[in-house]
Amino acid sequence: MTVTKLHIETTINGEPREFLCDSHETLLSALRNGLGLTGTKEGCATGDCGACSILLDGRLVPACLVLAPEAQGRAVTTIEGLSSGDALHPLQQKFLEHAALQCGVCTPGFIVAAKALLDAKPNPSEDETRYWLAGNLCRCTGYDKIIRAVLDAASEMKESAI
Amino acid sequence: MKSFTNANPRDMAHAVTLMRQARQRGLTSVLAGGGSDLLGMMKERLVAPDVLVNLKAIKGLDRVTPDGGGVAIGGLITLDALAGHPLIRRQYAVLAESAESVATPQIRNVATLAGNICQRPWCWYYRNGFKCLKNGGATCYSITGENEFHAIFGGGPSYIVHPSDTAPPLVALDARFRIAGPTGERVVPAADFFTLPKDDAARENVLKEDEVLAGIVLPAMRAGARSRYHKVLDREAWTHAVVSAAIVLDIDRDVCRSARIVLGGVAPIPWRLPEVEKMLAGQRITPELAAGAGEAAVAGARPLAKNGYKVPLTRVMVARAIIATADLGLRNAD
Ligand SMILES: Cc1cc2nc3c(=O)[nH]c(=O)nc-3n(C[C@H](O)[C@H](O)[C@H](O)COP(=O)(O)OP(=O)(O)OC[C@H]3O[C@@H](n4cnc5c(N)ncnc54)[C@H](O)[C@@H]3O)c2cc1C
Ligand code: FES
Ligand code: FES
Repeated sequence: MTVTKLHIETTINGEPREFLCDSHETLLSALRNGLGLTGTKEGCATGDCGACSILLDGRLVPACLVLAPEAQGRAVTTIEGLSSGDALHPLQQKFLEHAALQCGVCTPGFIVAAKALLDAKPNPSEDETRYWLAGNLCRCTGYDKIIRAVLDAASEMKESAI
Repeated sequence: MKSFTNANPRDMAHAVTLMRQARQRGLTSVLAGGGSDLLGMMKERLVAPDVLVNLKAIKGLDRVTPDGGGVAIGGLITLDALAGHPLIRRQYAVLAESAESVATPQIRNVATLAGNICQRPWCWYYRNGFKCLKNGGATCYSITGENEFHAIFGGGPSYIVHPSDTAPPLVALDARFRIAGPTGERVVPAADFFTLPKDDAARENVLKEDEVLAGIVLPAMRAGARSRYHKVLDREAWTHAVVSAAIVLDIDRDVCRSARIVLGGVAPIPWRLPEVEKMLAGQRITPELAAGAGEAAVAGARPLAKNGYKVPLTRVMVARAIIATADLGLRNAD
């Protein structure tokens, strides 16, 4: 069978982008290998760990289980799109302050997943936060610091919004 | 993953045509919903199609619409949208709760209802490429192997459990499944959609070549009906049920007019308990009656070497779930 590359036009972190991909390529691979956006990580490649979390049209999805052609005409947000210039997103800042990471492989996924939570629910309870982040696995830090960082970011974002 | 060509159907009839055309050209095809099950299997090369029929290209099949007192649900609705839909939450809580209990937020945002119902078994032998009955072989390795998560009812020759969380509620709600195929549409009651391995060990349902699950129709609920989904997991979130129960009770002034009880995680199909349903009909739900129902629920269980724990787990879960659904609280359930 002859396989031709597909030409995809999409929006990534607010910028129009184009890329070529194979029909069987995952969006995770296209982002990392095709577009050089290596912030999004591959942990398991099977939907279990959440390291590859991105937003597709604002919805949190595992990029390892989405085919790259699905990005056609849609809006993708990755960890690279969270800061504005040199100013870190409050979630990123709070992960640093709370030392909510060690090796860092899970961190982009946690931060993007937490952003999706705070976009939908600016004031989540600790329980809601823990359940929401159940699809993100961390093998180093432990979850407590991560939850503290997210809750702290939520309250800071609420204050600065007033 | 092996390479494949993408086929984007316009509608269900076109999806059926694309599958048939592929076969006529000697190619294999596969249907993709959200891909959360399929892509994992393709990465493991358990499935290696030449053509991927991308159902998400079809517009308008992701809605909930009123249908003669009940509702029609498009098969392409995501589990997240289904769980959050106000009408489903209000009228068919058991279905909303089951959809909400699936996997993780990430997966619920891509996973479709039809894909959830048609997902392949998650038996570890099958998923790890063993040449078992589900994989073209002649043996079920779980019988003499690691069978702690396998069937206690309806097993043989394969002992998989049906993995779908939404399937037991759909059987309990008397749903009808709309199937698109080469000769048009056929409608099958949920209870007849799922098939036992003794009929055909390689498959889990009645879908034939070139057929697609297009949607679900739910009948109207009676005014006094209440429903709940109870799921027992080996951790707090994120995974398939060890055992689960979909309970629908129609209660009129304290008396249970009729009941539907369907278990998940215990059999190769959603496992309905008609004897237990009869025990409850016309009765006031008391802790004693619920405890008796729990006993009756496991009367026919035939555990394997390592899944005997599912018997007491199911017995207690059924009793508690009946009480909780009848809104009597959990206080005297044990
Ligand atoms: C980490 C993880 C945890 C999970 N936990 C759970 C859980 O707790 N509960 C649960 O129920 N499931 C669970 N799953 C399984 C499953 O992936 C999802 O539940 C999901 O609903 C599948 O839907 P999908 O649209 O992604 O299906 P797909 O992956 O697109 O398809 C699944 C199968 O159904 C077939 N198919 C798809 N659409 C149709 C159709 N319309 N007609 C006929 N056949 C079709 C496909 O060919 C494929 O064989 C989990 C999966 C993962 C990776
Ligand atoms: S890499 Fe996608 S969920 Fe683990
Ligand atoms: S910081 Fe290493 S996996 Fe989370």
